[in-house]
Amino acid sequence: MLPIIFVLPLIQLVILSNAATFEIKNIAFAYIDNDHSSASRALIEKFNASTYFNVLTHFPSEAKASAAMLKGEVDVVLEIPRHFERQLQKSKQAHLGVTINAIDGAAAGVKNVYVTQIIQTFNQHIKVNLLQPSDMLSQPSTINTIPLFWYNETLNYKTFMVPGILVLLVTMITLFLSGMNIVREKEIGTLEQINVTPIKKRQFIIGKLFPFWVLGLGLLTIGLTIAKLIFNIPMIGSLALMYFYTSIYILVVLGIGLFISNFTDTQQQAMFISWFFMVIFILMSGLFTPIESMPKWAQIITEFNPIKYFVEVMRMVMLKGSGFMDILPQVTKTLLYALIMNGLAVWSYKKTS
Amino acid sequence: MNNNVIEVKNLTKTFGDFTAVNAITFEVKKGEIFGFLGANGAGKTTAMKMLIGISKPTSGKAQVAGFDVFTHAEDVKQSIGYMSQKFALYDDLTVKENITFFGGIYGLSRKRIEEKRCELVEDLGLKDIVNQLVGALPLGWKQKIAFSVSLLHDPKIVFLDEPTGGVDPITRRQFWEMIYKAAHQGTTVFVTTHYMDEAEYCDRVSIMVNGKIEALDTPKKLKEQFRAENMNDVFLKLARSPSPTLTNGNEVNTDKN
Amino acid sequence: MKRFTGFIKKEFYHIFRDRRSLFILFGMPIAQILLFGFAITNEINNVDIAILDRSNDVNTQEIIHKISASKYFSIKQIITREADIASVFEKGQVKAVLNFEKDFSQNLIKQHQATVQIITDATDPNTANTISNYVNAMLQQYQKELNKNIKIAYQIVPQTRMVYNPELKSVYMFVPGVMTIILMLVSAMMTSISITREKELGTMEILLVSPLKPFQVIIGKVFPYIFLSIINAVVIVMLSVFIFKMPVQGSLLLLALESVLFIITALALGILISTISATQQTAMMISLMGLMLPVILLSGFIFPISSMPLPLQIISNIIPAKWFIIIIKGIMLKGVGIGFIWKETLILLGMTVFFIGLSVKKYKIRLE
Repeated sequence: MLPIIFVLPLIQLVILSNAATFEIKNIAFAYIDNDHSSASRALIEKFNASTYFNVLTHFPSEAKASAAMLKGEVDVVLEIPRHFERQLQKSKQAHLGVTINAIDGAAAGVKNVYVTQIIQTFNQHIKVNLLQPSDMLSQPSTINTIPLFWYNETLNYKTFMVPGILVLLVTMITLFLSGMNIVREKEIGTLEQINVTPIKKRQFIIGKLFPFWVLGLGLLTIGLTIAKLIFNIPMIGSLALMYFYTSIYILVVLGIGLFISNFTDTQQQAMFISWFFMVIFILMSGLFTPIESMPKWAQIITEFNPIKYFVEVMRMVMLKGSGFMDILPQVTKTLLYALIMNGLAVWSYKKTS
Repeated sequence: MNNNVIEVKNLTKTFGDFTAVNAITFEVKKGEIFGFLGANGAGKTTAMKMLIGISKPTSGKAQVAGFDVFTHAEDVKQSIGYMSQKFALYDDLTVKENITFFGGIYGLSRKRIEEKRCELVEDLGLKDIVNQLVGALPLGWKQKIAFSVSLLHDPKIVFLDEPTGGVDPITRRQFWEMIYKAAHQGTTVFVTTHYMDEAEYCDRVSIMVNGKIEALDTPKKLKEQFRAENMNDVFLKLARSPSPTLTNGNEVNTDKN
Repeated sequence: MKRFTGFIKKEFYHIFRDRRSLFILFGMPIAQILLFGFAITNEINNVDIAILDRSNDVNTQEIIHKISASKYFSIKQIITREADIASVFEKGQVKAVLNFEKDFSQNLIKQHQATVQIITDATDPNTANTISNYVNAMLQQYQKELNKNIKIAYQIVPQTRMVYNPELKSVYMFVPGVMTIILMLVSAMMTSISITREKELGTMEILLVSPLKPFQVIIGKVFPYIFLSIINAVVIVMLSVFIFKMPVQGSLLLLALESVLFIITALALGILISTISATQQTAMMISLMGLMLPVILLSGFIFPISSMPLPLQIISNIIPAKWFIIIIKGIMLKGVGIGFIWKETLILLGMTVFFIGLSVKKYKIRLE
């Protein structure tokens, strides 16, 4: 069991952090060149040079291209119409066809931005080359935008995911183990044994949960070490603050585990129910997808999701260096949550025994 | 010759270089209660698993109900009943559903299952619990029902693997009465146990030590042979006597199974 | 055959007596589809932003108005000092700050250009990038309006067609993934647990001693789960079609057949897991840690495989879920026939045969 508790999660931290990326690169790109002009070749060269696009092939006809897209071989097809160059010179305007596989809507949006950017740069280039004095009637106004990415200038996705996955692993392991622990004693029959000893319920529960609390903090320590050593994630905020918050947070998870434990008869049930809530908590935590994009009612539900707070705090403290006052709302809510869950757990334990 | 329902010759089973069952040879007669004794790890369960076809012998021969267990395993299965030391029934099924299920997998007709069930309800006094989940029953009940279930298809031989573990003396007594009844009706009973007092109830017993059968006779003759008061003494004497299979003395290997 | 039906009846008793597991079994797909359909999206919506407007003139006002009117952004705060930018980010109140330079309008008129900074909280790089792109697009639009009286020469206009999902709904992307996960969970995890349970309880021994053949025992055990998985698949497809208006462009029959194939692949995996684990707990851990997470992360369900490092891209090929997701997307969204997905189908078939072959081999060893 011990290797499962420690080794598996850490392997996952390493693998998951590499797998979990919404970055769009290596876009499978193909083109149809009906013009065969120097302009069309120059445009294709731009795509060739871009690191986002992986120019796979060119197709003689649109039919061939759409068949390839159906097969899933290409995701973006650029179609350059006949007389593209001539149109550009004569009427000073030309059209291009771009087809994007939009099953992954968000990715399609990003791919569209990349395509547009390349075409715009190409356009600028053409203008400079072709512009004649007669075209200089008036100068258009331009708004320059300077994008600044704070806290993560290179847009490194791992910086974002590693703290989140760390949260996931600490939560999953402590929840499953604590959830199954008491049910297991029930199944084996040792719980009865303990119930006849003079030990107080409260003492018993604390005694049961303390090891998992230590285990959770141990997992955090190993995870942080890996984050620092392997992924070189910046740790701007205070380590003490992270441990302080985590130590409260684990209490919430243990309370939930205990509560589930009290209402189930077999380990299998406990596992299933933990898994069910885990999946919903994870999906609603902002770990993979932004909470702000959810509808209002869903955002209200996330207020009851402890994982959400943990993810927020880890990212705030680790990456932005937020201080105690910044995370005070999360700390208060988590503390309240811990009190309620453990209260319920102790209460339901008395009821069922 | 035809009176033997089990014939075993030089049956051997090895796991790597450990010999669990070492060339055992014996016969069991029809209608007999045959006690298969030995300490934990002496090789009883391994030997029995070969006889019921869930473990393949390394070498040797065994015939059960007239069929070779090696080549005709499927024919053997129809002729035998088996009850494991866990009294394995389905806890989340009712007594009735368990009976129907096990009758079904042995291919009994619905009518036959119905008859058998009524018979059992009558004999064991199951009327009040027939619709209860097995999981809610005390161990003694589970044991009796598991035994009856293993006899549902009227097997020629029934194999019982430590059938009385963990139940109280009164229930054990009642259980042996059920065994006698089955034997009386012509079913051969092959029973493993490590309770030596139970050995006294058997027609014949064999005692296994370290994979070998060291003694085989009626309890009475064995007591005479070893000049012992009871079977317990017989067993202790056997287990402590130097044995050719032991290299370093006289203890019974109890930690291997 | 009669023996067999009795066996299957018993399996159904096991399943229906365990109410809590049954609830999870059927509640899970519904909850997940609804969450993915209604709540979870990787698009951006209503992102809170702050404005630092030191110019406060006609143009900046117009831009701010345009931004606050869009569904993508809502203006949460107006700040007045550059120093406040860091503090709003640290409190986590906003995801982006728009910083207009001084004399924005005047610069626009006199020098024909003005500058605005789009500062994003890039701890979430994906959202940051998207926000940046969206704001940029809106500014471009505004710029076009400013210049509408001037004819711009040499313009290349791309005409973009978003195929298979023109409205860019993220539920189209999630449904195939959720379906795959649920089928995997029900088929592989449930069967492996239910077979190991019989081992733990000792009933497996009794079954092996009975005249039932080992393969009958295994088929009897997995059969009910085929049934449950099919119900789940139907529920998921119905929810996505009727509630989320997701199309089924291709043949329903083909979709059904491919789903059954995948269910069998998953069951074969479940059987394999049960042959290598002695206890339910081990079976659960192997299923959850070894099966569910790779299925979620390496199958292309949420994260695009083409963006992963090469070793992970290679590993993703041995995950059956990846191929099934390609198949469902093909049938439901692209409307392709078997001609386009025969390769994926063959791979799944091959994997199934491999898993079954391996379990038969392992199973025999256990009986030696």
